[in-house]
Amino acid sequence: MSRIAGSETEVAIRDLRRRFVPLASTIVAIMMSLLPIVASTLWIPNIGFLILITWRLMRPEIWSAQVALGLGFAADLISGAPLGQSMLLWTLVFLGLDYADSLLGERDYWLDWLLAAAACAFHSAGIWVIALLMGAEISPWLMVPQLCLAILSYPLAARIVLRLDRWRLTR
Amino acid sequence: MAPPGKRRPGFSRRAQYGVFLGYVVAVGGVILAVVLLAIAIIDPKGFAALRGLALDITAPISSATRSVATFVGGVGEGISDYFRAGSQNAGLRQQLAEAQRESNRRQALEHENRRLNALLGLARQTDDEVTVARIVGSTFEAPRRLATLSAGSAAGVAPGQAVRSPDGLIGRVLETGQWASRVILVTDAGSNVPVRMARDGTPALAVGRGDGTIELRTLEVGQNPFRRGDLLVTSGIGGLYPPNIPVLVVTGFVGERAIGRPVADPARLDYAIVQRIYQPAAAGPLDRAPPGQPAPPVAAPTPAPAAAGARR
Repeated sequence: MSRIAGSETEVAIRDLRRRFVPLASTIVAIMMSLLPIVASTLWIPNIGFLILITWRLMRPEIWSAQVALGLGFAADLISGAPLGQSMLLWTLVFLGLDYADSLLGERDYWLDWLLAAAACAFHSAGIWVIALLMGAEISPWLMVPQLCLAILSYPLAARIVLRLDRWRLTR
Repeated sequence: MAPPGKRRPGFSRRAQYGVFLGYVVAVGGVILAVVLLAIAIIDPKGFAALRGLALDITAPISSATRSVATFVGGVGEGISDYFRAGSQNAGLRQQLAEAQRESNRRQALEHENRRLNALLGLARQTDDEVTVARIVGSTFEAPRRLATLSAGSAAGVAPGQAVRSPDGLIGRVLETGQWASRVILVTDAGSNVPVRMARDGTPALAVGRGDGTIELRTLEVGQNPFRRGDLLVTSGIGGLYPPNIPVLVVTGFVGERAIGRPVADPARLDYAIVQRIYQPAAAGPLDRAPPGQPAPPVAAPTPAPAAAGARR
């Protein structure tokens, strides 16, 4: 690919790519929940949430907290979760990360991973509480395999997002 | 990563207000989400139109990718089958002989049953089937066990109807779109099915545990009547599920409680049969139920009739 845009349309395409790759990739990740997998127990991490917080941790400046609200709404409708679940949890996670940013200032990779782990733990706990409120008494231990796998797959998500981010910003 | 310098965007008043407004929207959104969740908890059927529309739009995606997943899932099984061919063959031979004997016995019983029914002047009801549809996917990222069915209200599917495979009970329709619907599986923690033991008719409540197993709650206090390998079928109490659909086989015990596996393996589901609500009055509100309900098919301490279906 040439480094210099040849035409007005190419400029427009690159601008669109720069703006919408984070949003589009997160929506694609949310739609992973539509894959026809019938799992009898819970271990696959919530891919949409993982990609969302990875973008948030890698590029804190592109999204404000209200983006999580809209994406959560989409996720609730797509995945069939009770309406409001992801809206609430994701927005709270974003607000919490904003607060953490104001306290911590500079972050490195390990601190990012720690924050991602905390966000995943909060997310799992929130889902468990909401399921309980809706009359589904689930053992809290049932959430643990998914949580562990989500925390362990953060490095993978970080690499995917980094790739996408590089591609997004290439000229 | 890069320090987030954007949180306080310089001295521009306008930009500062912009960030502040973002937080106002986010906090307002949190409150809105709490309200939505409260509505979802109080009335699970709320926003049915919106959720049904989303279901209609997303179900074809699951449906289209279905064959790929079945293939991938089948590969592992095919390989392990190959290695176990010898012992499997012997086992299958034995099973076949047993099944043949059972089949002979059943034919005799069926003949007798037909004769007795004719004697009593009873007609067998067979047209309780709404439609046959495919299970196209399930929630695998959430602790709830919900599956998507490729038929909706256009095919006559309505919330509360029982969904079964030829093997056994799969679950119950939770919400419907025009062309797709969502099914709450019997293994979901919010599902409770009134069952009875096929051996001696002991009534129990089969409550999902969310991890692919089902817990049995007896209605009588005392000794645990279940043994490993016991089959439990729906009892028809509560009026949602038709009686005599196999639900689970007892596989073990955790402490005092019997744990079982569903007869219809959810991971291998393909086609599902949607059945009419056994007693339609059971799906409506209690005060609209006609007085003088027919006695339940199994004499047992009846749980609150609507409770089996109302909880989500």
